[in-house]
Amino acid sequence: MDQLLQFIISGLTVGSIYALVALGFSIIYNASDVVNFAQGEFVMIGAMSTIFMLKAGLSYPLAAFLAIAVTACVGLALDKFAIEPAKNATVVSTIIITIGASIFLRGAALLIWGKEIYGLPPFTSNDPIKIGSATILPQNLWVMLGTAVTVFAVKYFFDHTRMGKAILACSYNKKAAYLVGINVKRMLLVSYGLSAALGAAAGLLVTPITFMSYNAGVMLGLKGFCAAILGGMGNSMGAVLGGILLGIVETVGAGFISSGYKDAIAFLVIMLVLFVKPSGILGKGETERV
Amino acid sequence: MAALLEVKRLEKRFGGLKAISELSFSVPERMIFSIIGPNGAGKTTLFNLLTNIYRPSSGSILFKGKDITSLPPFKIARLGISRTFQNLQVFLNMNVIENVMVGCHLRSKSGLIASALRLPSVIKEERDVKQMALESLKFCGLSDYANRPAGGLPYGILKKLEVARAIAAKPKLLLMDEPAAGLNDTETAELCQLIKRICDSGITVLLVEHNMSLIMEISQRVLVLNYGRLLAEGPPEEIQKNPEVIAAYLGQG
Amino acid sequence: MKRLSGFVLFGAICLILPIVFPDNYYVTVVGLTIFINIILAVSLNLLMGFAGQISLGHAAFFGLGAYSSAILTIRYGINPWLAMLAGSVFVCILSYILSRPILKLKGHYLAMATLGLGIIVHIFFVQADELTGGPDGISGLPPLSILGIVIDSDIKWYLVLCTYMLLSVLFSLNIADSRAGRALSAVHGSEIAAQMMGIDTAKVKSHIFVFSALMASIAGSLFAHQQDFVSPESFSFFFSIELVTMVVLGGLGSTFGAVIGAFILSILPEVLIVFEDFEVLIFGAILMIIMIFLPEGLFVALKNKVLALLSARAKRESA
Repeated sequence: MDQLLQFIISGLTVGSIYALVALGFSIIYNASDVVNFAQGEFVMIGAMSTIFMLKAGLSYPLAAFLAIAVTACVGLALDKFAIEPAKNATVVSTIIITIGASIFLRGAALLIWGKEIYGLPPFTSNDPIKIGSATILPQNLWVMLGTAVTVFAVKYFFDHTRMGKAILACSYNKKAAYLVGINVKRMLLVSYGLSAALGAAAGLLVTPITFMSYNAGVMLGLKGFCAAILGGMGNSMGAVLGGILLGIVETVGAGFISSGYKDAIAFLVIMLVLFVKPSGILGKGETERV
Repeated sequence: MAALLEVKRLEKRFGGLKAISELSFSVPERMIFSIIGPNGAGKTTLFNLLTNIYRPSSGSILFKGKDITSLPPFKIARLGISRTFQNLQVFLNMNVIENVMVGCHLRSKSGLIASALRLPSVIKEERDVKQMALESLKFCGLSDYANRPAGGLPYGILKKLEVARAIAAKPKLLLMDEPAAGLNDTETAELCQLIKRICDSGITVLLVEHNMSLIMEISQRVLVLNYGRLLAEGPPEEIQKNPEVIAAYLGQG
Repeated sequence: MKRLSGFVLFGAICLILPIVFPDNYYVTVVGLTIFINIILAVSLNLLMGFAGQISLGHAAFFGLGAYSSAILTIRYGINPWLAMLAGSVFVCILSYILSRPILKLKGHYLAMATLGLGIIVHIFFVQADELTGGPDGISGLPPLSILGIVIDSDIKWYLVLCTYMLLSVLFSLNIADSRAGRALSAVHGSEIAAQMMGIDTAKVKSHIFVFSALMASIAGSLFAHQQDFVSPESFSFFFSIELVTMVVLGGLGSTFGAVIGAFILSILPEVLIVFEDFEVLIFGAILMIIMIFLPEGLFVALKNKVLALLSARAKRESA
């Protein structure tokens, strides 16, 4: 029982990261029907940029802010130079473009930062806190808090700001959005920038706990994709829910069954959910009009 | 005449909404039977029920005396029912003749392994199926388009293609869901002639349409649906004069 | 036969190469990798290109064939061909059982399920170390022999793999122009219309899933004997993604597209190695550039261009 609490805390922590990455997937998917395979690389770039700016002597908050900004620019560049020129390509072809982009970004990271593993210091002093018989590190709380704040900020953006609603309009029907005067191209750009920023935030939050290297983004991106699917592709709250669930299933599975097989357990659970609910937990089934 | 299709007390509920209620009718062989009704009356729902894309909430459907109510769509097709769709379901990833050759699927039988090995029976069958497809295209006036990719062809041609594909299977019953939708007057006149030729060739046609002049010209029998219920049924001239029908719907000429 | 003239030319080139360049590393060693990749890409293209069912777990079946051969021959001393047969039967049964629930899913959800399948199988290879040798893998497979001739040199492997590769390309071309191929394309184009034409779409999808898994499994068995070694690294999720990339790069739905895509993605790392640290970066850039400018795939774009030129010339000549 005590163990369960510990696992849930770890699960919520890693799940929060997955939730942020999943949210990034969801935003781009909503804006363009594309699954952005480079999403994991945004996480990596955000983290690595922070690390090296810290090394260069900047303060932690400034480094973090700049890193998120830099990553957002990478996201904008991805849209401007890789996605936009291929606007008439099929979804499958565009996905391959994002795969190429993820390899490219990894190659760039390899050149700039090398193969070593780096860490970030925790945000505050890292004395463990006891909750019942489980311990929680302050950084875990920062991760959960950071994720919660970010998710609410994103939700507010989409529900209450003009730009957010414009992006949603693009996701429902691009032509109609265009016809009412929304600059669809610009909204797509913003979506990529926003997703990249979210990825960077996730990288920032997770690195004090699990370290970062040039190719660590791949697995995170993959897990984020799974979380987005689990929750229902395109549903932002589903992405968050999926992320948290995935984190918990993974950690509990690792703890109680086997840590070597933890990913297998997580995937098995996802597949079983999909067999029962083919569009994900909160996803709407696609009905075809014949 | 023996009834080809019999619908008995068919009902379809979507949650609390009754899309079709207590619908019973029968379609004799070798006839053009039309179903009309205002938008939302349940016409496409009915077609989807007949081909088991939707499952009926209750009631039964009999084809040539056999209960097909819960058969999956591909088995219904195998019994001799074919259909065209309101929202085009042309195979845009193939060319015109290949589309129609798919229509001949039930008139051929090579499987995956035989096709991979390209056995002599497969080679012969390919020639035969191509011939059948060309005949169907000729019947619908599409011979010139045979090798064109379907994607990129004009809407009117694609509508004809769906018909060519559906009749390539030589079905006993052809369901046509708003075949005249989006066609101009010339194309509609051509369609009229085509449907008559189809019926003359021995295929019973069950037609859903909005275009009144088309209905009146070619139908032998008309059924009026309103809010999912049968409002009236009979020869076109009677329906045209039926005051209830006029009140509910007609006046669109 | 006009239909197969491209294939005959291709086959001739493949068979002549080792005669013209007998000791060339690129032909005899890289060639083997290329042939395996072609077989895998062509089989994946049947599922993804023809039937439109995305699979991000194709490497799993490749791996299951390889490990079956390795485990049965090394740990149980079974004859290599029997082991290959047993592995193939196992993969057919497993893929059939999985196909029914998995292929009910569509689009990204299908991608997810196949991804999960691939990852679960890979984790099994890594974790079940008593059976599979764990991350270090197993080596020491007995040699394969055909009609008394032991396949023990690069050139002999070249012939064996080339033959299997040409057979798989031929099968794919035959299927494309047949009732079965049209049924697959119909399922891809519109499942509902396909059903109304009498096609049992669930069965069609399931059968092609099994067929493509079988092709991959046999390739896996041959691969295991040729390398004399199996380890989980060769069958990871990354490789599955590489296979998908090969198929799309060449042109989804085209048999020769899959061949070209496999060829390019196999050759590129060899060519780019001269750029050392820049290798990964340039590889990613090339991938992006090809897909941005030729989104329909290299081979398909080339074919369309040639056809357009030919028809333009025909128009000018008849005018």
